[in-house]
Amino acid sequence: MNKTLNQKAWLFVIPVFILVAFNAVVPLMTVVNYAFQETFGNNVFTWEGTRWFKQILRSERFHAALGRQFLFTGIILFIQIPLGVAIALTMPKKGIGVSICLVLMSMPLLIPWNVVGAMWNIFALPQIGFLGHTLNAMGFDYNFTQQIGDAWFTTVLMDVWHWTSLVVLLSYAGLRSIQPPYYQAAEIDGASRWAVFRHIELPKMKKVLTIAILLRFMDSFMIYTEPFVLTGGGPGNATAFLSIDLVKMALGQFDLGPAAAMSLIYFFIVLLVCWVFYNLMMRNEGQS
Amino acid sequence: MSLELKRVEKKIGQDTHIYRTDLVFKKNTINILLGSTLAGKTTLMQIMAGLDKPTSGEIWFNGKDVTGQAVQKRNVSMVYQQFINYPNFTVFENIASPLKITGINNKEITKRVGEIAELLKLSGMLDKKPNELSGGQQQRTALARALVKDSGLILLDEPLANLDFKLREELREELPKLFENRDCIVVYATTEPSDALLIGGNTATLMEGKVIQYGKTIEVYNKPKNLISAKVFSDPPINISEVNKVGDSFTLLKDSVRWNAKNINLKDGKYKVGIRPHNITTYKEGNNSVEIKGKILISELSGSESLIHFRNANLDWVSLSNGTHQMNVGQDAKLYMNIDEFLYFDESNNLVKHV
Repeated sequence: MNKTLNQKAWLFVIPVFILVAFNAVVPLMTVVNYAFQETFGNNVFTWEGTRWFKQILRSERFHAALGRQFLFTGIILFIQIPLGVAIALTMPKKGIGVSICLVLMSMPLLIPWNVVGAMWNIFALPQIGFLGHTLNAMGFDYNFTQQIGDAWFTTVLMDVWHWTSLVVLLSYAGLRSIQPPYYQAAEIDGASRWAVFRHIELPKMKKVLTIAILLRFMDSFMIYTEPFVLTGGGPGNATAFLSIDLVKMALGQFDLGPAAAMSLIYFFIVLLVCWVFYNLMMRNEGQS
Repeated sequence: MSLELKRVEKKIGQDTHIYRTDLVFKKNTINILLGSTLAGKTTLMQIMAGLDKPTSGEIWFNGKDVTGQAVQKRNVSMVYQQFINYPNFTVFENIASPLKITGINNKEITKRVGEIAELLKLSGMLDKKPNELSGGQQQRTALARALVKDSGLILLDEPLANLDFKLREELREELPKLFENRDCIVVYATTEPSDALLIGGNTATLMEGKVIQYGKTIEVYNKPKNLISAKVFSDPPINISEVNKVGDSFTLLKDSVRWNAKNINLKDGKYKVGIRPHNITTYKEGNNSVEIKGKILISELSGSESLIHFRNANLDWVSLSNGTHQMNVGQDAKLYMNIDEFLYFDESNNLVKHV
């Protein structure tokens, strides 16, 4: 058999290639440009090598922001994943309740991010907000605009309210895909409710939970709008997570070089953590 | 030892899933529930297992009323169509899981798991996880879990349905041997008449929630109580046609096919004749055959058999011949029916004359 060589198929790739070039490669290269050079406007650049990277990696301000970011992401993952799974487990499996629960669960996900921030800002205001006023009336000294702990508490609560639903929906889908014979087999064996969860439900949800954790990690690691509207990164820099700090540096101080270097470092951290986590989770999933 | 269903009925809302059923399965028997999808096989099995309660009626096991008793207390095991194993357990742990709960010591567990694994050809795979196994091995693991704990009742719900052809044949051959020398009652649900014939034992034919007939498999096959039982227990589907008996001869109502009936003691009148596809062949078989003509609709050759669909007198007929007989669609053909194998039913569809 002679194969005829036909390279026309490449033509089909060109539109996608152009699209990707414009929305990913070109902007990214601009960032790369700034990261290695110094500019004083008028399109004049001087080569700086790895200077900005060294500066960022050694800066205490970056270390602090990165620390806050990991702490925040850690806290919300620690709350949202178990809470999401727990809610999914208690949701009804058939009947009218299913649609009601699903619609209610989807509501927070449909609200624009800055609206969520604004909503919680008003909700939590110490004098007039329902949450703030109630807490103060109960004798707690609550003021999220001035106290670091309160600011964190409010930000975490807001994120849990906004995003736990995503974990619930994914877990619920995972649970529903388990066929009834699994539960019957466990019943015949006399397995406890905990054993059913540990040895059937959890392993069967492994893939959707991996996706849920990855999505929640990436989203929370890049969180910007909601804390920006809620606290503006304050009090002080207490809730200035990486992206808030980045925007301050780039647009507030116009330090384009270090900001570009920081963007790249930021990007590689997200990529690295996701890659490591995914490979750890999928280590033994060879064939299925 | 026996399993008895007494006046068992199952209703869900307005729908009756199982109509009043009386069945007795005796000790050391394999019992086949034969019926198409939605015939009620699974529901009936779940009632037998105690996974589901009957709306009314009783289940007796070993002379004791066990209706409503929880499944864990009944010493039953079940194998499903889907390959059900604990996903994060190894094959060893999976097989051992029913024993662990009973609190048998580890040495004994290792010994018994080893024996069962040997029997099911899983010895080399004890350290693997289910998702590293082929479908056949996964189902073997599930079977091993069912066999390891010496249950008095083993329920198999279409255990071979999700396997590919070769593995199905292989496992089907082994199945009856697995239950030999075991003090238990086996119930096996299937949609395939050939499964029932190969496994033997007893068969209950089911249709739309009703048990039609129960008895020795070969007897149910040869003497189906009525037309429904004959239909359930025939694949490819049995041919049914109306016949008229006058004096000594039968005539197919819609054609002039006629045969002699000297030795059949039936009153003159209308009957229905059931002819299994393998009794209509392209060659003469037996001493008494009668010719039937038809136009070929479909001709399928499968290895050593030819399945030929043809049309005669506005009826579609199915025939199954040994060997490969190439026929062209649209061609007029002559086939032969072996009249000694005909089943006759009266007008209310009950069997009046069998082979």
